[in-house]
Amino acid sequence: MATEILMPALSPTMEEGTLAKWLVKEGDTVTSGDILAEIETDKATMEFEAVDEGIVGKILIEEGSEGVKVNTPIAIMVEEGESADNLSASAPAATAEPAPAAEAEAPASAAPAAPKAVVSLEPDYPEGTEMVSTTVREALRDAMAEEMRRDDTVFLMGEEVAQYQGAYKISQGLLDEFGDRRVVDTPITEHGFAGIGVGASWGGLRPIVEFMTFNFAMQAIDHIINSAAKTLYMSGGQMGSPIVFRGPNGAAARVGAQHSQDYAAWYASVPGLYVVQPFSAADAKGLLKTAIRDPNPVVFLENEILYGRAFDVPKLDDFTIPFGKARVWREGDDVTIVSWGIGMNYALEAADELAKEGISAEVIDMRTLRPLDIETVVRSVQKTNRCVTVEEAWPIASMSDHIGSEIMREAFDYLDAPVLKCTGKDVPMPYAANLEKLALTSTKEVIDAVKAVTYR
Amino acid sequence: MAAKRATRKSNASKEELLKYYREMLLIRRFEEKAGQLYGMGLIGGFCHLYIGQEAVVVGLEACTEEGDKRITTYRDHGHMLACGMDPKGIMAELTGRSGGFSAGKGGSMHMFSAEKHFYGGHGIVGANVPLGAGLAFADKYKGNDRVTFTYFGDGAANQGQVYETYNMAELWMLPVVFVIENNQYAMGTAVKRATKSPSLWERGAAYGIAGEEVDGMDVLAVKAAGQKAIEHCRAGKGPYILEVMTYRYRGHSMSDPAKYRTRDEVQKMREERDAIEQVRKRLLEGDATEDELKAIDKEIKEIVNEAAEFSKESPEPDLAELWTDIYVDGSAPQNA
Ligand SMILES: Cc1ncc(C[n+]2csc(CCOP(=O)(O)OP(=O)(O)O)c2C)c(N)n1
Ligand SMILES: [Mg+2]
Repeated sequence: MATEILMPALSPTMEEGTLAKWLVKEGDTVTSGDILAEIETDKATMEFEAVDEGIVGKILIEEGSEGVKVNTPIAIMVEEGESADNLSASAPAATAEPAPAAEAEAPASAAPAAPKAVVSLEPDYPEGTEMVSTTVREALRDAMAEEMRRDDTVFLMGEEVAQYQGAYKISQGLLDEFGDRRVVDTPITEHGFAGIGVGASWGGLRPIVEFMTFNFAMQAIDHIINSAAKTLYMSGGQMGSPIVFRGPNGAAARVGAQHSQDYAAWYASVPGLYVVQPFSAADAKGLLKTAIRDPNPVVFLENEILYGRAFDVPKLDDFTIPFGKARVWREGDDVTIVSWGIGMNYALEAADELAKEGISAEVIDMRTLRPLDIETVVRSVQKTNRCVTVEEAWPIASMSDHIGSEIMREAFDYLDAPVLKCTGKDVPMPYAANLEKLALTSTKEVIDAVKAVTYR
Repeated sequence: MAAKRATRKSNASKEELLKYYREMLLIRRFEEKAGQLYGMGLIGGFCHLYIGQEAVVVGLEACTEEGDKRITTYRDHGHMLACGMDPKGIMAELTGRSGGFSAGKGGSMHMFSAEKHFYGGHGIVGANVPLGAGLAFADKYKGNDRVTFTYFGDGAANQGQVYETYNMAELWMLPVVFVIENNQYAMGTAVKRATKSPSLWERGAAYGIAGEEVDGMDVLAVKAAGQKAIEHCRAGKGPYILEVMTYRYRGHSMSDPAKYRTRDEVQKMREERDAIEQVRKRLLEGDATEDELKAIDKEIKEIVNEAAEFSKESPEPDLAELWTDIYVDGSAPQNA
């Protein structure tokens, strides 16, 4: 019986890929384990193996094809003596039947297109600067590379950062350029290498410590807080820790409760740390360069879903963004939506939708959580008199709570409604697709919250 | 090392060999199916296959008795199958459905079975090691003679908490077998790139813990070593370390570009050392027939297909499940 070979999903976040190369041709006999093709995802080129034995009857997707959606039939396998000639190339995909839905569908929040409307009150770069479309992944790599070229004391350390080129390919190419003195693979020993990093920072180096994800930094949090954040104070100002702890933070796609936590509020509560959670590629680059140069320990929270997103990045020899400066993405009069990191996806999408209904939202990206640019938020709330905050982290003792209390203190008389927060739900992250969608916040929740505070 | 254990091989009965063959094949076919379902988008997130390592868990489970416990990492499907958990419930957890062992809330890396004394399925490398010693602590405390198998990888063996645990386990003579599944790689890092220790099990000596290296591609050698370890623990002599030399054929997880080893290295292992093939050969050299083995193959295929069907048909969890199991039922104060 002929069976279709479908474009496989090769990573938690893959939706499409490039069929780079066929390693078999029509008529070839294959057995389980043979490599059929090379497929490129945004993270890596991977070999795709045959699962069953059979003969390659027909190749449906040419090599070199880009943007092939997961589950598209790419070839037809036949058995001995069977022909694929009469099999139509447009045969319906043998995709799995959709799961029986438990109840009403949760609002879909598919990845929105890159936001266009960029209104920044105080631009981070001169008007007319040439812009280059860059992914967040490339921007982070460029920031590290530029700082490493500039300063020999900067080095990168972490699991799989060198030979493997980074578990999420952030350090791609760095080993080649800087060698293994400065791009250092560690064993799986977060507590140990975070401590070694802090010690090295006292010894005159500027370490960038990559955690494969911040979930694993829980093994190391003692050194981030007790050693890095507090030592300057305890030494009466003698000994600072110029170190950057960076890596992906928050939910990815169905990686379960132990791999999905957003640590924004935890680290932002610690005096002695700076905490950055960028959304755009330009901010990722400019803020990471600032972080590496800063004489204090910086926790730099990235997001796996955002790594592949492209944004315009200014083409400048030395582009940095100061900490503690929010960015206004969109001006508006009726409500202020405050967010940062991946929360900006929902904020911007909601603002687009709300505009269609005649509600004008001002959207502010905090960019750094400590120091926090509360002035920009307060100025906006004095104009709009309403505020909604958006983040994926847990609701209790969250950044949203802190921002809400700051607004209450600084702009109480201006508020026409309580500040509402849209956050992740107060539960460990579930694995099931339908539950995970519910556990995160959504554009619809943001729209509903805005309507509630504007009494629409 | 294979030669060292050769003498132990001969006396296995046909029944015993058939049992191992069946159990290892179930794991392999199950994992192949899981890989397929992942490719179709039915399984999401991380999915770490056990293909190549089947003899480790099958050999050690053959030594256990009712009440013995096991705990492992995210590479857990094989352990669950080997301790008798229902393939349907495992596959349905992989697809995130209500019929899964964690009702769809845990996924590939986080499954548990109180009934089978399987304590997970853990995602943080190294963290399950003290947890396993804690299970053993409870058994010792209660005064029974049950033993806990604590499985972890060669990469995990470098985490500091492993050594804190070794120290306490020996200090308190806990009945725990530490099983290092040395599959030669931690993601893309070969063992030798992560440590200069010539062997991992010998590190136990610093804490006074006995142990040995085992050929993990030979299920009988694993069984024999497991028997020795479990007897040591049951007799109240404290922990034991088994460093089981094995190999994973597939990538670390589904998204592994596998640039850190050659195709040839994998192919050679599959062709020359495969654990299932070894047992198959031994069976055929004895008085088992091709037909007998074919019948087993067919039976296993059916079990796996049924599990896959179940995992597709089982409904997604009810949306209300988002809010359950955060606190023990009925224990939460009204305003919590
Ligand atoms: C504390 C921690 N650090 C890093 C990771 C990411 N990670 C998951 S598995 C893995 C490799 C572990 O290798 P090994 O212990 O040899 O087990 P194997 O995967 O080979 O079974 C890494 C680095 C993690 N899950 N937890
Ligand atoms: Mg390993």
